[in-house]
Amino acid sequence: MSLTLLDKLWAAHEVRRNEDGQSLLWVDRHLVHEGSHHAFGKLAARGLPVAQPDLTFGVADHYAPTGNRNRITDPAIAKMLERLDTHAKQHGITLFGLDDPRQGIVHVIGPEQGLTLPGLQINCGDSHTSTHGAFGALAFGIGATEVAHVLATQTVWQTKPRAMRITIDGRLDPMISAKDIALHWIALLGTDGARGHAIEYAGEAVRALSMEGRMTLCNLSIEGGARLGMIAPDEVTYAYIKGRPFAPEGASWDAALMEWALLHSDEAAIFDREVSIDAAEIAPTLTWGTTPEQALPITGTLPDPADLPEGKARAASEALDYMGLHAGQALDGVPVDQVFLGSCTNARIEDLRIAAAVLRGRTARVPGIVSPGSMLIRAQAEREGLDRVFIDAGLDWVASGCSMCVGMNGDLVGAGKRCASSTNRNFRGRQGKGARTHLMSPAMVAAAAVTGTLTDPRPLMKGRL
Amino acid sequence: MAGWSRHDGTAVALPRDNIDTDQLIPARFMSASRAEGYGQFLLRDLREGDPDFPLDRFPQASILLAGRNFGCGSSREAAVYALVDAGIRCVIATGFGDIFAANAVNNGLLPARLAETPALMQALAGRTTSASIDLETSQIALNGATLQFDLAPVWRTKLINGWDDIDLTRAHLDDIRTFRDQRHKRHRWSWPASQNPQD
Ligand code: SF4
Repeated sequence: MSLTLLDKLWAAHEVRRNEDGQSLLWVDRHLVHEGSHHAFGKLAARGLPVAQPDLTFGVADHYAPTGNRNRITDPAIAKMLERLDTHAKQHGITLFGLDDPRQGIVHVIGPEQGLTLPGLQINCGDSHTSTHGAFGALAFGIGATEVAHVLATQTVWQTKPRAMRITIDGRLDPMISAKDIALHWIALLGTDGARGHAIEYAGEAVRALSMEGRMTLCNLSIEGGARLGMIAPDEVTYAYIKGRPFAPEGASWDAALMEWALLHSDEAAIFDREVSIDAAEIAPTLTWGTTPEQALPITGTLPDPADLPEGKARAASEALDYMGLHAGQALDGVPVDQVFLGSCTNARIEDLRIAAAVLRGRTARVPGIVSPGSMLIRAQAEREGLDRVFIDAGLDWVASGCSMCVGMNGDLVGAGKRCASSTNRNFRGRQGKGARTHLMSPAMVAAAAVTGTLTDPRPLMKGRL
Repeated sequence: MAGWSRHDGTAVALPRDNIDTDQLIPARFMSASRAEGYGQFLLRDLREGDPDFPLDRFPQASILLAGRNFGCGSSREAAVYALVDAGIRCVIATGFGDIFAANAVNNGLLPARLAETPALMQALAGRTTSASIDLETSQIALNGATLQFDLAPVWRTKLINGWDDIDLTRAHLDDIRTFRDQRHKRHRWSWPASQNPQD
C-alpha cells in the first residue's frame, strides 16, 4: 500500500487507537516555556511527576526581556520567569534559561540544538510548533490541558488530520523568500483553507529552500488553518543536523539515516487534497489587514470592499479601518512608524543576513528592533559583523526572545502605530493594543526601514545577494 | 470537571469572522492566575469603546453565535478560560481553529459546528433568544428551529462525562511503557544524544 509521510509518521508513534478513531501518540520531544505554568499547576494539583524529564526541555522566550536582563522591573514578568525556573528544577528538566548562552525562541533552539530530528513527534504548548515539521517530524501545538497530559504521560490523544499536499513547482526568484510563498498560499486559500489537514510541502521550489526557509514555510502552516506542516527530509536536512549538540552520533547517526531515508510519501500515495502553485507567480507579498489571508503583492492596491464577495466585504472594510488605509490605495509607499525583525518565523541567521544585505551602508528612516531567534544566532551574527550593519543603520540590536511578536515581554507597538514586521500574526492588538502590523519577509522589513514606507525590496537588493 | 448533556440558556450573536485567540484574550492578561477569573479579560479590546457590544448588552448570554473560523491563531488555552469564566457554555460557528476546539472540549465548552450561520445571524441581530442544547442528539433548538450540529463522537463523550484525559490514559500506562521501551531499544537515535530514559 502506498503511504503518505503523514501515514508513516503517525503509525510510528501510535501507542494505541480507540474505537472512536482517536490515537494515543508517543511524544519524543516535549518543549515547555513560561506559558506552560497552567499545565504544571494541573500536574501539581494531582501530585504527579513529569513522566519523562529526559525528553522534556524548557526555554524562557515568551516573556524574555530583550533589554537589560539583570534588572527585570515588571513583577508579572519576573514571576513568569521564576515559575518556569522553579518547575524545571523541581522536575529535573533541562532549561535554556535567561542566563544560558543557548537561550532563544523555542522553535529556533529546538532545531539549533539538534533536539528536532526527522521522524520524531514534537509537541509544545505553542501553535507554531509546526515549524519543526520542516525536518520531516510530526510536530503540532497543543493547549494547556494537553501539555499537562504530555507531562504526565509523555503521550497525546489526537485524531489523525487529513493529508494535504501543496506542491510549489518551478524556481523561485532569488529575491523571493519562503515568507512570500507562505503569505501567497494563505491569501489564496484563506486562514481556514487547510483546516483539519496536515500539509506536506513538496516540489522543486521547496526542495531548493534552505532549512531556514523550510522552517519559515512550516511555521506559517498554522496561519492557513493547518494542524501541522512538514517537508520530507533530504541531504539539506541531514547537513543541517549533523554535529549539533543533541543530535545522534556514530552508530546511532547511521541507524537514524537509514530510517530517515524512508520518510517520504510514496510515489502513488493519495492525498485528500492537492494544491499546486507555480513559483513564478509568487511576488514579494505582505499583509494589509488583520488576518494573514488579507495579503497582497507589494505592487498591489488595496481592495474595495464593495467589490468583494459578501462574507469578505465587512471584514475587509473593518480591517482597512483598523489599519488606517483606504480602498484603492497603493501598498508601496505607505509610511510606517517602525520595523521589527524577529520571531520564530524569521529571525534565523539567513534572515539576518538578507536584511543586513539590504541595510548595509544605508540608514533607517524609522526606529526598529532586531531580535535574533537565539543567543547563538546573535553571537554568530556578531562574528559576521551583521550587528554593525543594523546598529550603523540606527536599529536596536537586542537579545533574543519572542519580543514584539506577541508583546508579552513589554516590547510593544504603540496604538495606531504601523509596524513592518517579520512575524506571523497581524491580528488586532497582537503587537500591542491598537497596533497596526504588516507581515512580510526580512528583506521587505529592511527595505521598509530604509525608505520609511512599505516598499518592494527588489530594487534595494539588486547586486547585493 | 463536571460533565453535562443538556443546557438551556440565552444565545447571542457576535457577527464576526476569524475571531482569533489574541482577541479572545489579549496577551497582556495571560500572566494572571486563574483564580482571579478570566471572564473579565474576554474580548477586552474589542468591547472597549463599544457600548453596544453584544456580550455587554446581554451579560446573561451563555451561548455565542459567531462567524467563520472562530478561535484561530494562538494555542493559548486562556482564550477558553475567558469564555468559560464569563459563563459561556457553547460557541456556535461554521468552523473553529483546531487547537481551540480541543482546548474547549477539555474545559467543558462545546464548539458546535453548523454548516451555515448567516440566516441565524440575521435573525439574532441585536437581540437574544433562548436556546437549548442536547449533546446526546447533537441538536440545538433556538429561534423556533432545531439544528443539527457537528461534533466528533469522542468529544461528545468527553463533554457528557466530564472526562479527564490523564485519568483515562493512566489506564494504558503499561502500553505506554512497552512502547517507550521498544522505541528506546529499536530507535535509540530518537533519544537526545547521551541521554537514557529515566524511570
Ligand atoms: S516568536 Fe511569536 S509565534 Fe514564535 S513562539 Fe514566540 S510568540 Fe509564538
